[in-house]
Amino acid sequence: MGTMPDVGADQTVKIDVENLDLFYGKQQALFGVSMSVPARAVTALIGPSGCGKSTFLRTLNRMNDLIAGVRISGTVRIDGTDIYSPWIDVVDLRKRVGMVFQRPNPFPMSVYDNVAYGPRIHGLRNRRKLDEIVENSLRRAALWDEVKDRLHQPALGLSGGQQQRLCIARLLAVEPEVVLMDEPTSALDPISTLRIEELIADLKETYTIVIVTHNMQQAARVSDYTAFFLNGELVEFNATAELFTKPKDKRTEDYITGRFG
Amino acid sequence: MTGLHRRKIVNALAAVVFALMVVLAVIPLFHVLIYVVKQGLPGLSWTFLTSLPAPVGVPGGGMGNAILGSLILVSIATLVSVPLGIGTGIFLSEWGRGRFGALVRWVADILSGAPSIVVGLFIYSLVVVPMRGFSALSGGLALAVLMMPTVARSTEQMLRMVPHTLREASLALGATWAQTVWRVVMPAARKGILTGVMLSVARVMGETAPLIVTAFGSGFWPTSIFKPIAAVPLQVFVYAISPYPSWQQQAWTGALTLVLLVLFINIFARLLLRDRGAQGR
Ligand SMILES: Nc1ncnc2c1ncn2[C@@H]1O[C@H](COP(=O)(O)OP(=O)(O)OP(=O)(O)O)[C@@H](O)[C@H]1O
Ligand SMILES: [Mg+2]
Repeated sequence: MGTMPDVGADQTVKIDVENLDLFYGKQQALFGVSMSVPARAVTALIGPSGCGKSTFLRTLNRMNDLIAGVRISGTVRIDGTDIYSPWIDVVDLRKRVGMVFQRPNPFPMSVYDNVAYGPRIHGLRNRRKLDEIVENSLRRAALWDEVKDRLHQPALGLSGGQQQRLCIARLLAVEPEVVLMDEPTSALDPISTLRIEELIADLKETYTIVIVTHNMQQAARVSDYTAFFLNGELVEFNATAELFTKPKDKRTEDYITGRFG
Repeated sequence: MTGLHRRKIVNALAAVVFALMVVLAVIPLFHVLIYVVKQGLPGLSWTFLTSLPAPVGVPGGGMGNAILGSLILVSIATLVSVPLGIGTGIFLSEWGRGRFGALVRWVADILSGAPSIVVGLFIYSLVVVPMRGFSALSGGLALAVLMMPTVARSTEQMLRMVPHTLREASLALGATWAQTVWRVVMPAARKGILTGVMLSVARVMGETAPLIVTAFGSGFWPTSIFKPIAAVPLQVFVYAISPYPSWQQQAWTGALTLVLLVLFINIFARLLLRDRGAQGR
C-alpha cells in the first residue's frame, strides 16, 4: 500500500502507486513515489515547476509510453490491477482513465463530432444513442446551453473556456472512471476557471479525479486531498485542509507559505 | 531620436528591397503566362479541343485525343501514386523514426531528384519491353513513379505539422494509433496533402521525356490502356519542332490547354474539399 492520507484511512483506494521511479533516458524524474489515490474524491498535485507533477500524472494512463526512452519501475495498480503488466490493453486503460490537458485541444471538427468521437471509435453507430450521449455529456460539462444551437459548427470557433469544457465533455462521453487533469485552467480567464472548478466539484460524485495545479487557492478550493511534490519526490500527502493548515514537513510549509517555488 | 530615425529608414529600405525581389520573381512568371495566352488563344476553338490531329496542309484538326490521353495518363498515375504515396507519407510521419524510415526517406529524396527521362527508361525496361509495346499503362506508371516521392514527402510534412496535442487527445480517449491517424491527423492535414498531390499532378501533366519511351503518342482516339496513347506535351513537342506554321500555332494552343487543364483540376479539387471541410469530417 502506498502512502495514505491520514483522514482518508477508511476511504476506498482507486489508484495505488508503489515505489514508482521514472527515467527520461538517463535522467530520473520520479523517485520512489508511493501514494494511494482515494476513489470518488479530488486529489490535487502541487509543487514547483519541473518537480514531476505532469510526469506522475501521465504514468497513471500510460501517456508516457508515447515518449521515446522512458523507463519505469515500481507498480501502479488501478482497482488492484497492475496497469504496467504486459497483459494490460493500453487502449482500454486509456478509455477508463481519461485526461484533460493544460491547453484545450478540441479536434478540428464540429462540436458534435468532438463529443461523439470517443463513442464512435469504440464502435457506437446508432445516431439516436449518439445524440443522447452528446447532449448528456455537454450538459454535465455545463456547456449545453451555450452550444446547443451550434453543435454542427467548428469547435475551434468556441472560446478557450468553452473549448476546455468541450474537452471535458468529450472525455465524459467515453465514461471513464478516473479523470486526470493537468493544469486544466491555467490557460483560462477567472470566470471560465470558476465554471470548471464547479464542474470538478460536481464530477467527483462519480469520478476519481486527480488534478495538477500551480494555483494553491485552487487546490484548496477543489480538492479533498493534496500531494506535494518536490524534485521528483512525494514529500507529503494529506487531506487538503490538514496539509494547508498543519503541514508536517518543513519543505511543504516553505512551499505553501511562498518561501520558494 | 536619430536612432529611431535610422531604424525607420532601414526598415523602409528592407521593405522596398523585398518587394523588388518579389516583383523580379513574379515578372518572368507572368510573362510566360501572358505569352502563352497570347500565342495560344488564337488557335483555341471547339474543334481544337475535340478533333483528331489533321495532316499537314489540311485545315482544322486538334488535340482532342491528346487531351483525353493526358487525362487518362494522369488519372492512372494518380490512382497508383496517391494511395502508395500517402501510405508512405503516413508511415514516415507516424512510425518512420528508425533506420528503415531514414532509408525510405533517402530513397524518396533520390527518386524525386532523378531526371524524368531516367524514370521513363526504367519503366521502359520494366514494363514496355516485357509487354512488347508502348502503352498508356506504362506511361501512367512512369508518371506515377515521378509523383510518388513528392506525394509521400509532402504528406509526411503535412502530417508532422499536425500538433502533437491532437494525437495525445485522441489516444487519451482510448483510440488506437491507427484510429488516431485516420480520424484526426489525416483530416487535419487534408488540405496540405491535397496541395502536395496537386503540385505533383501539375508537374507530371507537363512531363514529356518519360512519355516518349512509354506512352509514345498516337494519332487516334485512345481505345485501350495497353495501346500507345497521345498526350498533350508529346503533341506540343512534335508540333513545336515542325517547320509548319499551322502546327506551330497548334503547339502554342496545346501549351495553353495544358496550363488550363492544370488550373481546372486544381479548382475542381479545391471545390471538392470545401464542401466537406466546412463541418469537419
Ligand atoms: N519528454 C521529456 N523528456 C525528457 N525530460 C522530460 C520530459 N518531460 C519532462 N521532463 C523532465 O522531467 C522533469 C519533470 O517534468 P514535469 O513536466 O513532470 O514537471 P511539472 O511538475 O509538470 O512542471 P510544470 O509545473 O512546469 O508543468 C523535469 O526536469 C523535466 O525537464
Ligand atoms: Mg506540468
